[in-house]
Amino acid sequence: MDNKGVLVCGEIAEGKLAPITIELLGVGRKLADELGEELSALLMGSKTGGLGQEAIAYGADKVYVAEDSLLDNYNSDAYTQVAANLCLKVLPSIMLLGHTDVGCDLAPRLNGRLGGGLAMDCLALSVDPATKLLVSTRPVFGGNAHAGMISKSARPQMATLRLKIVPPAERNDSRQGEVIPVEGKIDPSALKVKVVDRIKEEVEGVKLEDAEVVVSGGRGIGSAQNFEMLWELARVLGGTVGATRPACDDGWAPMTLQVGQTGKVVSPKLYIAVALSGAIQHIAGCLGSKYIVAINKDNEANIFSVAHFGIVADHKEILPALTAKFKELLSA
Amino acid sequence: MNIIVCVKQVLDPEIPPAKFKIDPEAKQVIPPPGVPPVISLFDERAVEAACRLKDKQGGTITVISLGPEKASEVVKHAIAMGADEGYVLQDEAFENLDSFGIAYVLGKAIQKIGGYDLVLCGRQSADWGNSQVGSILAEILGIPVITLAGDIEAVDKKLRVKRIVRDGYEVLEAPMPSLVTVSNEIGLPRLPAGVRIMIAARKQVPVWKAQDIGAESSQLDKANAHTEVTSLSVPTRKTECEIVTGDTPGQAAENLAAKLAELL
Ligand SMILES: Cc1cc2nc3c(=O)[nH]c(=O)nc-3n(C[C@H](O)[C@H](O)[C@H](O)COP(=O)(O)OP(=O)(O)OC[C@H]3O[C@@H](n4cnc5c(N)ncnc54)[C@H](O)[C@@H]3O)c2cc1C
Repeated sequence: MDNKGVLVCGEIAEGKLAPITIELLGVGRKLADELGEELSALLMGSKTGGLGQEAIAYGADKVYVAEDSLLDNYNSDAYTQVAANLCLKVLPSIMLLGHTDVGCDLAPRLNGRLGGGLAMDCLALSVDPATKLLVSTRPVFGGNAHAGMISKSARPQMATLRLKIVPPAERNDSRQGEVIPVEGKIDPSALKVKVVDRIKEEVEGVKLEDAEVVVSGGRGIGSAQNFEMLWELARVLGGTVGATRPACDDGWAPMTLQVGQTGKVVSPKLYIAVALSGAIQHIAGCLGSKYIVAINKDNEANIFSVAHFGIVADHKEILPALTAKFKELLSA
Repeated sequence: MNIIVCVKQVLDPEIPPAKFKIDPEAKQVIPPPGVPPVISLFDERAVEAACRLKDKQGGTITVISLGPEKASEVVKHAIAMGADEGYVLQDEAFENLDSFGIAYVLGKAIQKIGGYDLVLCGRQSADWGNSQVGSILAEILGIPVITLAGDIEAVDKKLRVKRIVRDGYEVLEAPMPSLVTVSNEIGLPRLPAGVRIMIAARKQVPVWKAQDIGAESSQLDKANAHTEVTSLSVPTRKTECEIVTGDTPGQAAENLAAKLAELL
């Protein structure tokens, strides 16, 4: 096997290294050290500025930078082409991506093209000391179980890592490394899918992923009108609202507020789960919260098995009093 | 417009966690007795997306499912929703394949069916959720792929797809044929009703074996698997939940607020 080293596929967000990239550089450094191999990173964008140097400060030995106006925003065909070509040249043993909009699309495509072995949405990555193989741990059956996966011979061994699972790498600006421009132009004839538009759907108030308090509602809320009570409580607490899939499906909350395995992963200080059962696919998105509070009329609902505090009652009898009391306490 | 939809039959993902049991030795899940398997959530939405396109454009929908013979149930469910034809891909050699193996078999069946404008898959399966068969399949078929669709339209012989991203969506345009993976944002699937249920019940669902689709045994050899599951475990979570009470629900709410205000 000629493949060697760990390659992190980085992401640039608003001119900076994306937080997931800094997390990946930390994990990648550890894996590379255990293997006694190099850690490299790939950055793609229209301008990568000093970010190559920054990736070195976060642990990379080499940073490949691909600059092209076609790489300005994520474009599946263009990114796949550049990353696949680089992999064929560098032949990494391990390739890590974030479980993000970019990684979720790019990793499976790259894997299809390179014939590697890919584990998506990983919660842990390690090197087996005996075999030196990458062991990827990922949730299966909606999080009811965890599976360990390996690739015996397919290369690269690929994984996407869930956000905020590991701490960010430490920055050390005295670290030395090499920034290497990626040669070659993108073949425009291979760009089959055209990006016509990008629409941001702004939601009022605090961003869900950044909120310190999230008040989430489920099917038991009953109507879009009742969801207003959640917004009210969230406003008083300086937080925002989340929702389960059925609540989004019914249009009570915008889809962008879905929390869970197939929605957003949040880790606020306080997660108030109202009239939602605590399905494993939902709590996958909020288990990182410091305190989980459950309000549910069914004392056997699964949400009570992960909550720190709970009230067993109809939410309509609880929310107004809860909001009023918080208002009083927080203004005091 | 001719659409092929790949659907999978899975253990009902909404069973209560207490009923979820595994065999860690075999690295398999033990299906709870009396709980019938279902069509994988996102695959059902892919069928819905296909039905909406057919409602507008006309054409045919063909459904394929790799799985046991019993997977004809989910094929029939798709036919009851509006699909026209369906096949089950079942062979001993198809059991326990990894994503590449599955994509290879689906690709062979799709090539046999031929004449398609669009291939649809769910964004991920509701059981193992490997989230990559669609993209590998597109690579095998040599057609463009768009993942995580929240809406699909056909305009002027092109596909217009809304791709869901964290803070909104992208509008993408792809030629035909292409492959699209469907996310739940597409909306709720229709409930099969009336005459469609009768049609589905009477429909023959042929079973295709490896030789029927020309799948080569070297491609199905487990020794060449790209990935392997080496362990399966159920994570333990232990949280003590303090139930907050009061003389009235309102009182309980106030007590809870007081406790939380101290922690924040
Ligand atoms: C592959 C896959 C991915 C999924 N991804 C996600 C995901 O990302 N996010 C997600 O949320 N779901 C996801 N789901 C769906 C998930 O399995 C559950 O179906 C969903 O989370 C249930 O939502 P719920 O709790 O709102 O509804 P239910 O399970 O119906 O629960 C409603 C709860 O409300 C309580 N209730 C009802 N009325 C009242 C009242 N008046 N007062 C107080 N309590 C009341 C009930 O006791 C019950 O506990 C996914 C499923 C699959 C298969």
